[in-house]
Amino acid sequence: MERNQLRRQAAYMRKALFDQGDLDDQFIQLEDLQDEANPTFVEEVVNLFYSDSARFIENIELIMHNGPSDFEKLDNIMHQFKGSSSSIGAKKVKKECTQFQECCKAGNFEGCKKALKEVKQEHAALRRKLESYLQVFQILYKKLGHIKRVRS
Amino acid sequence: MNLGAKPMSFSSSSSPWKSNNGVSDQFPAGLRVLVVDDDPTCLRILEKMLRNCLYEVTKCNRAEIALQFLRDNKNGFDIVISDVHMPDMDGFKLLEHVGLEMDLPVIMMSADDSKNVVMKGVTHGACDYLIKPVRMEALKNIWQHVVRKKKNEWRDKDLDLSGSAGDGAMQQKSSDDVEYSPSTNEGNWKSAKKRKEKEEEDEGEDRDEASTLKKPRVVWSVELHQQFVTAVNQLGIDKAVPKKILELMNVPGLTRENVASHLQKYRLYLRRLSGASPHNNGLGNAFLGDAGFGSISSLSGLDFQALAASGQLPQHGLVSLGRVAAKPAISVDQRNIFSFENPKLRFLEGQQQQINNGKPVNLLHGIPTNMDSKQLATLHQSAQARQNKSTPVVMSQAIPSGVAARSKMDGVHGPAYTSVDFPRTQRAESAANSFSLVSDSGISCLTSKGMAQNEVNSETKRSRNVYLNHDIFHEQNIGRNQEWGVQNVGPAFDSAQLLHLPGALDVSSAVLIPPGFSSNQINKATALVGSTPGIGQQINSSLANNSLVIKADKLPEMGFQNVLFNEQLGQQDLMTLYKPQQAGIEPVENEFGFDEYHLDNLIV
Repeated sequence: MERNQLRRQAAYMRKALFDQGDLDDQFIQLEDLQDEANPTFVEEVVNLFYSDSARFIENIELIMHNGPSDFEKLDNIMHQFKGSSSSIGAKKVKKECTQFQECCKAGNFEGCKKALKEVKQEHAALRRKLESYLQVFQILYKKLGHIKRVRS
Repeated sequence: MNLGAKPMSFSSSSSPWKSNNGVSDQFPAGLRVLVVDDDPTCLRILEKMLRNCLYEVTKCNRAEIALQFLRDNKNGFDIVISDVHMPDMDGFKLLEHVGLEMDLPVIMMSADDSKNVVMKGVTHGACDYLIKPVRMEALKNIWQHVVRKKKNEWRDKDLDLSGSAGDGAMQQKSSDDVEYSPSTNEGNWKSAKKRKEKEEEDEGEDRDEASTLKKPRVVWSVELHQQFVTAVNQLGIDKAVPKKILELMNVPGLTRENVASHLQKYRLYLRRLSGASPHNNGLGNAFLGDAGFGSISSLSGLDFQALAASGQLPQHGLVSLGRVAAKPAISVDQRNIFSFENPKLRFLEGQQQQINNGKPVNLLHGIPTNMDSKQLATLHQSAQARQNKSTPVVMSQAIPSGVAARSKMDGVHGPAYTSVDFPRTQRAESAANSFSLVSDSGISCLTSKGMAQNEVNSETKRSRNVYLNHDIFHEQNIGRNQEWGVQNVGPAFDSAQLLHLPGALDVSSAVLIPPGFSSNQINKATALVGSTPGIGQQINSSLANNSLVIKADKLPEMGFQNVLFNEQLGQQDLMTLYKPQQAGIEPVENEFGFDEYHLDNLIV
């Protein structure tokens, strides 16, 4: 009873992440990698991503604080951030990163600022969503034993 | 960062597929992969993916450290996967170093999918380029690069080892090469295992070589290498010699030998780059792709000495026919049958050696010919006719043995090769992928370029100094016109004259006769024109019947015994038809085909 409810909830949250374009197929790759050896692999990677990716944003903000200067460097950092985001399937974040890079290439500082704001927003939003989903998922996992994902 | 295993564990860890007598059903499980990425998230995911593929994974988040790892653990890894954008060292830099120092396959990866970056990876020698996010499916197949690399190493080795080209092991290798054709991405398990066995031997050899070359080791750091590259570029790669490079680099403690050895590696590296095409287009065979030397590894040479030449002729006739890009089975046969005795033969260096020895070398000549299907058919018939008369190879029209087909040859324009005259001492070098007939050294050469319209693949085109690239006789080519254009006609002849050579041909033979080449399987008729005015007179009396009998003692298994060459080349088509007689002596291979002759390296 409670188990089914949990399952439905997890499934719903997961579905929403895909439906709203927060995540793409790469996330499913992560789920597939979750196994007995690494039962919390998705969570581990998501945490790794969030603990690491903050530095990119900080660096970018630091550079941008000095006004429009080194677009190439901004582009490079954002490129790394994008690579990282894409590896967990953070679709929306990735999209905003691309937007930022385009502004860099165009030398559009205002555009960069705007895009960075979007990046940060999506980055934070995804974190909230993922954390709540993974929380439910882990409870479910403990109850059900090994599962890779919840079916919608 | 998790550098995982310590150096010790690298050296001691031998992958499952390397142990167990070299055969492992688990392959590619245990493939030793080094992953380099500064992004911890990507690195973690890659690690997990690779582990799920059952590879043995070492991860590293810094390129410099990765490079050090690789240096400390030579033979400790099978393949490297590296990110492109890294703060401490660009992935391309790492790629370059790995290519130079350990020659491991390197896969580049990046979220950047722009064409120029991918291109940069490829031109720097990456065996693959993965776009991030990397997917499991892409990693499942990376072992193929390891296999392919090993195959290429064999090919390189083959090039160096020409001397033993006839032994059984080589033969097997070459058949393996075929199985590992780059065009077959999947490879096949059994052959993969076979390959592995050979790799072991190969590695053994490598180690031996390495140990004999042990010298005070110079670590070619990025900076040092950069200095080196700068010096080389300044001098020009062709003119860069260790001494000058050393002078330019001006690094205390560095010796000429250090530079020389590094230069050698660098050249190999460049050569690999020039041949580093992920796909070998054109020919679907496995022999292509190595820096333009194409199928040299499968080359076999015929080395005959003219019977008549002994003692009387100042030079020895040497004919070596390199056969390239033939179908697998045949190349094996050929290898088996035709072997050079001179172990020093080096295909790779033949060119330089030739240049350096400064002796006059008459090059191969190709005579432009046309062959249409009808004529070719006639050729076939005539060949058959001759075969019945057990006249193995007919050279020209006035052949006394009364080859009926003779006249039919008129007007048949097969690709013709005039021969080359190499002083005997040059034999080994000149033998590389070419065939040469003895000819009078005074004859200037025709250099012609084969212009087979199809099947000349990109690899060959790329090859350096390919003077002749005849891709004539593909099976499918039968019946097509082959056009051969003369590039350069030496002063001594114009082409018409060439066809009217009064002299006798002193052919040391040359006849590339495929074993088991039965008449209905002749894919091509190769005409050989030997032109040696003046030599004829010297031919000893045993050849009174105007024909030369080719001594075939070096080809014991070969189905043909002798080759007749008519001395009186009075007619326009001075052609030699290669014809194997006695078909069926060797197992007949249906796919036999002379695909190409690469006549590189023959430069005056």
